[in-house]
Amino acid sequence: EFRRFSLERSKPGKFEEFYGLLQHVHKIPNVDVLVGYTDIHGDLLPINNDDNYHKAVSTANPLLRIFIQRKEDADYSAFGTDTMTRKKNVLANVLRPDNHRKKPHIVISMPQDFRPVSSIIDVDILPETHRRVRLYKYGTDKPLGFYIRDGSSVRVTPQGLEKVPGIFISRLVPGGLAQSTGLLAVNDEVLEVNGIEVSGKSLDQVTDMMIANSRNLIITVRPANQRNNVVRNSRTSGSSGQSTESSLPSSTPNIVTNFLQGEEESDEEDIIIEDSGEPQQIPKAVRSSESLESLSQMELLHESTQNGFLPSSETNLNHSAGSISMEYEEHHPDHKSLEDGTIITL
Amino acid sequence: MRRFLRPGHDPVRERLKRDLFQFNKTVEHGFPHQPSALGYSPFLRLMAIGTRSGAIKLYGAPGVEFMGLHEENNTVMQIHFIPDQCQLVTLLDDNSLHLWSLKQHSGASELQEERRFTLKGPPGSPPSATQVTAVLPHSSRELLYLGTESGSVFVVELPSLRPLEERAVAAEAVLQRVPEDYCNRRSCELVEALREHPKNPNQILIGYSRGLIVLWDLQNSQVTHHFLGSQQLENLYWQRDGSKFISCHYDGSYTQWPVSNDNRQPEPLENVVPYGPFPCKAISKIYWQTTKNGLPYIIFQGGMPRASYGDRHSISVIHGSQQTAFDFTSRVIDFFIIFSSEPTAEFDDPSAMVVLAEEELVVIDLKSAGWPAVHPPYLASLHCSAITCSHHVSNIPLKLWERIISAGSKQNIHYSTMPWPIDGGTNLAPDPPQRDLLLTGHEDGTVRFWDASGVCLHLLYKLSTVRVFLTDADPNDNMNTLGEDEWPPLRKVGTFDPYSDDPRLGIQKIYLCKYSGYLAVAGTAGQVLVMELNDEDAEHVVDHAEADLLQDQEGYRWKGHEKLKTRDGPVRFEAGFQPFVLVQCQPPAVVTSLALHSEWKLVAFGTSHGFGLFDHQQKRLVFVKCTLHPSDQLALEGPLSRVKSLKKSLRQSFRRIRRSRVSSRKRRGAGGNTSEASPDCSAQRSRSASLSWGRGRGDVSDLQNVSFPLKVQEANAKFDQDALQEMELAPVQRKIEARSAEDSFTGFVRTLYFADTFLRDSSRHCPSLWAGTNGGTVYAFCLRVPPAERRMDEPVRAEQAKEIQLMHRAPVVGILVLDGRSTPLPEPLEVAHDLSKSPDMQGSHQLLVVSEEQLKVFTLPKVSSKLKLKLTALEGCRVRKVTVANFGSCKTSDYSENDLAVLTNLGDIQIISLPFLKLQIRYPCIRKEDVSGIASCVFTKYGQGFYLISPSEFERFSLSTKWLVEPQCIVDVPELTSNNHVNNRSGVENAARKS
Repeated sequence: EFRRFSLERSKPGKFEEFYGLLQHVHKIPNVDVLVGYTDIHGDLLPINNDDNYHKAVSTANPLLRIFIQRKEDADYSAFGTDTMTRKKNVLANVLRPDNHRKKPHIVISMPQDFRPVSSIIDVDILPETHRRVRLYKYGTDKPLGFYIRDGSSVRVTPQGLEKVPGIFISRLVPGGLAQSTGLLAVNDEVLEVNGIEVSGKSLDQVTDMMIANSRNLIITVRPANQRNNVVRNSRTSGSSGQSTESSLPSSTPNIVTNFLQGEEESDEEDIIIEDSGEPQQIPKAVRSSESLESLSQMELLHESTQNGFLPSSETNLNHSAGSISMEYEEHHPDHKSLEDGTIITL
Repeated sequence: MRRFLRPGHDPVRERLKRDLFQFNKTVEHGFPHQPSALGYSPFLRLMAIGTRSGAIKLYGAPGVEFMGLHEENNTVMQIHFIPDQCQLVTLLDDNSLHLWSLKQHSGASELQEERRFTLKGPPGSPPSATQVTAVLPHSSRELLYLGTESGSVFVVELPSLRPLEERAVAAEAVLQRVPEDYCNRRSCELVEALREHPKNPNQILIGYSRGLIVLWDLQNSQVTHHFLGSQQLENLYWQRDGSKFISCHYDGSYTQWPVSNDNRQPEPLENVVPYGPFPCKAISKIYWQTTKNGLPYIIFQGGMPRASYGDRHSISVIHGSQQTAFDFTSRVIDFFIIFSSEPTAEFDDPSAMVVLAEEELVVIDLKSAGWPAVHPPYLASLHCSAITCSHHVSNIPLKLWERIISAGSKQNIHYSTMPWPIDGGTNLAPDPPQRDLLLTGHEDGTVRFWDASGVCLHLLYKLSTVRVFLTDADPNDNMNTLGEDEWPPLRKVGTFDPYSDDPRLGIQKIYLCKYSGYLAVAGTAGQVLVMELNDEDAEHVVDHAEADLLQDQEGYRWKGHEKLKTRDGPVRFEAGFQPFVLVQCQPPAVVTSLALHSEWKLVAFGTSHGFGLFDHQQKRLVFVKCTLHPSDQLALEGPLSRVKSLKKSLRQSFRRIRRSRVSSRKRRGAGGNTSEASPDCSAQRSRSASLSWGRGRGDVSDLQNVSFPLKVQEANAKFDQDALQEMELAPVQRKIEARSAEDSFTGFVRTLYFADTFLRDSSRHCPSLWAGTNGGTVYAFCLRVPPAERRMDEPVRAEQAKEIQLMHRAPVVGILVLDGRSTPLPEPLEVAHDLSKSPDMQGSHQLLVVSEEQLKVFTLPKVSSKLKLKLTALEGCRVRKVTVANFGSCKTSDYSENDLAVLTNLGDIQIISLPFLKLQIRYPCIRKEDVSGIASCVFTKYGQGFYLISPSEFERFSLSTKWLVEPQCIVDVPELTSNNHVNNRSGVENAARKS
């Protein structure tokens, strides 16, 4: 069923109004639908909030082709089918078949509406050949799902090319977190684990480090396939990296080293059961930095995130973790010196 | 990056650290692994032992020890002291000769390698031409005679090790005057023995392997006598007066030959096959010792009847009608006799026989009737039965010390009272500052108490737990009870006995309270024994209690070993530690943790299923707590013990093979090659229960990823298949996965700790029991112990107060409570004995939880996290052992502090401050491949430690500047030297004049 109608390009209005208009035009006032459009690259992209609605309107040239599907029988996989890069990524993050059945009210939405599963971070400070990937283990039942091995890599040194021992990803477990993100691949060389260089460390050491950091693992790799690297100036193109933080102009430039955030994060989750009562998170003993307190508050949500999706009230907190960590970074020198001076008053 | 930000630039603290901490490996205790050569200097009264890894160790009077290491790490084949010198020559299996000297340096002697030399033949000669088979340091101290495989004898000058070609004895020269028919029958073959004439230094006896023996005159460079032996020669020995010598042979015979100027080609005086008439094994070494009463001592190695006793490692001593064949527990490497070495003495008068067997040193007193063994003050065979655990107790009160010694002396009555005969050198080390005990648990169910105060690790007392149980071994099965008329007259000597009657007897955990004399010992089959020190023999019934650790679990079936059967009725115990109560864990899994509180009279124990608390005063079980995850089928069924023991034995045999191929000790600098490292790696891999499939075969803990309970066999099959596939694809890979509550063996209780602290509220403190598991859980129980006057009337009560789940779920390896002054709580009874300040009960207490991955401080009573130190996340190392140690300053006697000593799986030792958990210093200590070394490490309370460098040796190390136990000794050249020298000189001149 096709309808053709016009909109004021300069004043598109709100998404709700547009949605109402669609229902009106199609005479389906009580049917939930998914709205999509084709962008300039021919990709099918969703319209479900003001931002992507505005974006869609602004890209109309001059025609904007809109697709409407009944929500019950929506074919989620249609979205972004032709997207060249990160196809899997988008799908894996957004469309989790095991979850959408339980929770039919998924709306394709802003990245912060989702619990991150993985992200590429620090794009601006790393060489283009490297990729720093963060795997968020908490709350998922999915295993991390990868293996590492010893190997050797070739380095350029003043003496010429030199073979040095290195650690490589040897296998991805189908359905595991590592595979589903699409950010890691077999034969990627592991360079750092949560900011610590692995060179000179044995396979067992690196294994232990990764397991110790498994709840918030940040791996810097040199991808075996260098063709899929994030090209920096295409960051704002919009369609390719929506689910990665790196494409968010607001957060990327400020984050210097994201991994420190995770370090503080994963610790406060120890649980105490007093007198056989209810389990509680162990609070952090009072410390000087306020940011830490809010941080530990934020940890509270992790236990409740069993199914992967969070109630929206919590997601904001989660997103704020990023900014908190930045704040923490600023406090960092101070806080350190306090600890070093061994005058912690408790 | 973090480390860069770390502190450590406070100059005051840095200076203090230098005054507090210092790392030294100070001394090796125990018996050298794989000894290969023995030497003795009657002049210095020092004994030297060489090993297959190229180490050379000198021992004299107790405390006098020297150690050297050949860079080549090759097997030491022979050791010869230079007569009347502080020098010795070693021959390695690469045919190199090394000259070592004891040099005095700032008041103490040191063993140094001076020179090395490899004999080179004429160009084009085969390597066998210069392969050294016999070494004779000449009494002139200037020459070294080297017999070779080619039959030539080469001469090198000492101490330069310069060859003197013109002096060499060529085989052709020797054969010149040998009768034609004899000569045709046999050529010279290799030189088996070189012996200098005891009275005439110008004559040496050369024995060739085919049986020919010649007396060679050094002055005239010619053969003076031919002795045409008909049997393959093994060795030679001169009689003291030089009128006769004795040769021993491959066929188990020995022959006496007269030496006189009348007959240049004498017939043998006597040819004896001591254990004939049936074919006998070779006699490889023989002594003929004269005595005042005219009856000689004939002492020889081997010669046993081939068919029935060919497997024995024997040395026979014959003195008149007395004859004993000492039967050793392992291969005899070499032996020597200590006899009167005074040149003026008319007779040998042997006093002792020193035998180096492969696994132990045995010294026989030849003067006392019955030839009893002498108890060696050092070189103890730690591995008589394999060591399964160790426990160190510092600063033993004198009273307890004396009682232990007295109990031990009653066990040692069969030893000779002879003073230790090897008594060269002087021990300069100050008396040890305190009495320390090292307790080792063994596979055969014994606990050995070692005096670890000083350089000599000395056995004080041996405790056996076997008597409590019924075992298959018949106590009357005694090898020594041989009838009078048994032939050969074998007598077992030595203590090495690696065969355990029942592996379930193995000791796994030991806890000794030095104030009360209470001892708790726990073993492989879930047995926990509480003992008390009794100075008298006693016969009593051991109370028996069962602790069912699986109370809440239904429908399990334990598939591991059964519990040990106990003896009914009263059991007779010898003086010493006597068990009075046995707590049997059910299922009888290996006891993994143990704690004893002698003041509260409580003992806590844990296994892979849970833990329990027992009141040994009232002999009542207070409570048990099951820690097992219901789905943890593997731990439930208990294949761990079986598979582990199989795995362990495989690993050990691997290790044995490896050791025999490449000696593994002393490779510290060399950085072993990959083939050696691999068995260790696989062992190391198995340590972590959280890593799976890809980690190598045979590791059952890997099965934890199977979320549904599989039959073990199926899983094994699947695992094998998987592992095979893995091996084809990628031989070594590691799975990266977070730990989860469903992992296997999370309930495994790793640590137990008693503390009097604020568990519930900050106003009242109470006794508490803390337990940490493999899955990162800490349980805290509040205990109510009745006051002393009502101790027997009211029961001890316990109530769970807290449970802490560490989110990283790493195994908890240590729990500690710090008092209001941040000082660790004292040991039980320590305050009562005025040996410690009372803990500060005013300020707030803190809880330190050490997991394999991080150290974390929590506040008490409200548990909130306060501080932490991450090790694994930042460095990739995991905590293996942790202890609180007190470090005193070497500069001022009034400053000391408590720190944590942490050993990681990489073999590093880190010292971490309390209570702020700041890394102070890090020392590499053990090779990371040396998994058994790391597992065996035990720290003392004063910053020292021990770890096994081989099954039979502890390396002692010190982290403290103040407490350092190391050999410090001097070897003075006895006055006698110059006289002796002159005597010898004149001897040579006389001889020269005569000829």
